[in-house]
Amino acid sequence: MSMMNIFNVSGSAASAQSQRLNVVASNLANADTVAGPDGQAYKARQVTFQTQLVGAQNDPTTAGVKVSSITEDQTAGRRVHDPKHPSADADGYVTYSNVNAVEEMVNMISASRSYQNNIEVMNTAKSLLMKTLQMGQ
Amino acid sequence: MLNRLTDSLDFQAQALNLRSERQRLIASNIANADTPGYVARELNFAQALKEATGTASSAAVLKTSQAGHIGGGADGTVASNRSAEANLLYAAPSQTNLDRNTVDMDRERASFADNTVKYEATLRFISQNVRTTLSAITGQ
Repeated sequence: MSMMNIFNVSGSAASAQSQRLNVVASNLANADTVAGPDGQAYKARQVTFQTQLVGAQNDPTTAGVKVSSITEDQTAGRRVHDPKHPSADADGYVTYSNVNAVEEMVNMISASRSYQNNIEVMNTAKSLLMKTLQMGQ
Repeated sequence: MLNRLTDSLDFQAQALNLRSERQRLIASNIANADTPGYVARELNFAQALKEATGTASSAAVLKTSQAGHIGGGADGTVASNRSAEANLLYAAPSQTNLDRNTVDMDRERASFADNTVKYEATLRFISQNVRTTLSAITGQ
């Protein structure tokens, strides 16, 4: 039954998108963390998607998704002059994480829309399969 | 005699098979909407159906012109799979994308809805065909 594979395809995409949502959540949660004792602030993370063939044979029509890697954004963190802050360095600067909240919100909306799309595809495929089961009645 | 009864069903069965194949293809495109470098695929349905039902010769079937040549498989399932793969096209992107992804979500959703309705239509054709045959058998 070739349509059974839709659940593998859309399921892998939904799981990849939920991992992306997870990463966005941890980025947003750490948007205002300051550098620890090692001087390293939290770095924003990004997921990278990759096509993964989920069919039995190398069939190009059943292309799922997987998260191939999670990379850290290496740009310098936000530096704020605040000498009274307990984590300020010798010059009186506090280093915050390099998370861009606006970017993360856009990322979040995109991830949730893609997730919804895949769930809808699965719902449609399920109702089609149920109707196929009742064929000829 | 009996294959006369099922002949008309065969066409619809092939159509249903290709519809489910196309459904899976569109689901793959939607799943990969955010994958960098993914190229959207589309099935040439009319051509694939013609080849699967034998009214057109498939471009992918090996032709034998010499006695020693090895021909393509003649059985239905292999031929229909091959014709479906030969008719896989690459969708032309309507808008360029920085990550070279060519999935157009509006078009994919429209194709998905279109394919869903046509799959259900084919299912109803089959059901009605079976019902007609049954009522002819019972003679009432």
